[in-house]
Amino acid sequence: MSKTYGILALFESAPAIYQAAKKVRSAGYTKWDVFTPFPVHGLDGAMGIKRSKVPVFTFIGGLMGFTLGMTIVWYMGYLDYPLIVGGMPYYSPVFPFPVAYELTILLAAFGTLIGMFTLNKLPMHYHPVMNYEKFRHLTDDKFAVVIEAEDELFNESEVRELFAGLHPTEITVITEEEKA
Amino acid sequence: MSHSSNPSDAAVGHHGAAAAVLKEVRPANMPRRPIVENNRDFAWITDKVCGIAEGKTPRWWWIAFIMSCMIASFTLFGLIYLVSTGVGVWGLRSPIMWGWAIVNFVFWIGIGHAGTLISAILCLLKQKWRTSINRAAEAMTIFAVACAGIFPLFHVGRVWFAWWLFPIPNHNAIWPNFRSPLEWDVFAVSTYGTVSLLFWYMGMIPDLATMRDRTRMVFEKRYAEAKTKTAQAFERFFFTFRQYFYGILAMGWRGSNRHWSNYEMAYLLLAGLSTPLVLSVHTVVSFDFAVSHLPGWHATIFPPYFVAGAIFSGFGMVLTLMLPLRALFGLQDLITQYHIDCMCKICLATGTMVGYAYAAEFFIAWYGANAFEGFAFVNRAFGQYAWAYWIMITCNVISPQFFWTRWGRENLWFVWILSIFINIGMWFERFVITVTSLANDFLPANWDYYSPTAVDIFTFFGTFGLFSVLFLLFIRFLPLLAFAEIKSVTKQADAHAHGEHH
Repeated sequence: MSKTYGILALFESAPAIYQAAKKVRSAGYTKWDVFTPFPVHGLDGAMGIKRSKVPVFTFIGGLMGFTLGMTIVWYMGYLDYPLIVGGMPYYSPVFPFPVAYELTILLAAFGTLIGMFTLNKLPMHYHPVMNYEKFRHLTDDKFAVVIEAEDELFNESEVRELFAGLHPTEITVITEEEKA
Repeated sequence: MSHSSNPSDAAVGHHGAAAAVLKEVRPANMPRRPIVENNRDFAWITDKVCGIAEGKTPRWWWIAFIMSCMIASFTLFGLIYLVSTGVGVWGLRSPIMWGWAIVNFVFWIGIGHAGTLISAILCLLKQKWRTSINRAAEAMTIFAVACAGIFPLFHVGRVWFAWWLFPIPNHNAIWPNFRSPLEWDVFAVSTYGTVSLLFWYMGMIPDLATMRDRTRMVFEKRYAEAKTKTAQAFERFFFTFRQYFYGILAMGWRGSNRHWSNYEMAYLLLAGLSTPLVLSVHTVVSFDFAVSHLPGWHATIFPPYFVAGAIFSGFGMVLTLMLPLRALFGLQDLITQYHIDCMCKICLATGTMVGYAYAAEFFIAWYGANAFEGFAFVNRAFGQYAWAYWIMITCNVISPQFFWTRWGRENLWFVWILSIFINIGMWFERFVITVTSLANDFLPANWDYYSPTAVDIFTFFGTFGLFSVLFLLFIRFLPLLAFAEIKSVTKQADAHAHGEHH
């Protein structure tokens, strides 16, 4: 059995998808998405997407890295095995700085990547939109907007009417396999 | 926000006055050169770039690949000989205990820097032309770091204990010495390699998704062309491989704009993280020298001077790689003369900075009134390694000056040859810095003349093969150009192209 995932409207150009996103947003839908082969400048604003939360992950990663760097040098050189080298102190915040600096960047970078994957719920190797026969073009040269059937305002004829007013190339129903 | 939300108001306000002034001065019409020439559309860009990895393997690729493998075997045998015999097989002897190994290490690390500069610093500076060359340059970074890592790794002598460089508990219960710049280098270079890999991979995800979505189409086309049973079986196997290879690596990317929003933020953040990283890596590498007390090394100018040199050598290498690829794959519309101009100008700027640093070092050596320091520099230019010094000056300071002229930047054979000179010159820079200071230090009784052994030469020669093997594999299997990014800087990607005129 397959059920309706949503309705998709296909567009040929960046300005067209921008206008379409604006209209869908002002029609009040909440569970919808836009698919583009590249990041279209200004589309986040048109869709009303809030500022990304990835920086939070980056910051946590960076903080962990800096703390880790300073802590290992203090633990290893001061606490666990104090060793006099060139009459220098066992610990000082100065000489471990390059180590802490690099670890800050390393863990911040991992935080950023993990943040991007977590917030995007990736990896997700299957998604109903991939059932669309022209899905290949959505990562190539075409643009699409999809309103999901789970949206509270979803009504097939109303969505089709809204889409028809945007003059898309085609309007298609996207189906997904029902879980057994 | 207020600026971008109503630019039309401001424009109208100034319009009358501006028009009156413009009538008087009649400025020349200077249109910006397009990033993608001949108004290519999105589908053309996708086909062009994906086609490189999807078509039949060209014959030159196989020839280059086999040759590169053979060259890489020189490194392999050099290292096997070294490990089985000892570090003495390199030309290291007192007082020159840092020979080609450190020269090659700094050389390769420096080459990597252009990749990060293009992907990170030019991203923060919103230089749109970076999109055509950043992917290949980032790949170059990673492969160059891999080549660089070999040298210090094997220089430690007992390579099976190399893991002691990392703060991992070992049976001696001793930890690394964190006061040493060499230990900082371990962290700097391993972080650099890892973050470059993350950045490169994340940047590739949307392009890998495109290639994943094209696998079936490509299979059908290639299968129809396959004549024999074996060829068909190979196509079926290759199809399965590609489905999994791109499918897994693409992580299920589907081009959702809600994803793009996080992705763009992550990209910006990684660019912001890589910028201080790339500056710190060569700074820490220069600390290996500058923190010592040797005349000619103990200099505060080293960090900026090393970073400028690294960018210079890296752009040299980008030109060396990209000019043949551009011609072989017909990428003239994507890597335009404008891109080459930009790269040449960066070579010119950084090469001149390096030249300024050479001059400043000499001046400070004189002005500092330290006899040993003064000797170190006069000895560099006129001592037993004068030949190396003047090769360095010719290649690094004089050769990029040709890029002042338009002729010098548009004559691509000439640009390519100069880019080779830049690579040679930057290798010699590291040779001059490392060897002259060590060979002639404080006591003349210690002095010696350093020459590499055949093992040194073979091991270094082989790294070019290793680099080429990795780069050729990259060309065949991964998207050579960041085409999603290229699309986003084309004219037709502008969402307001029609909207604003209403």
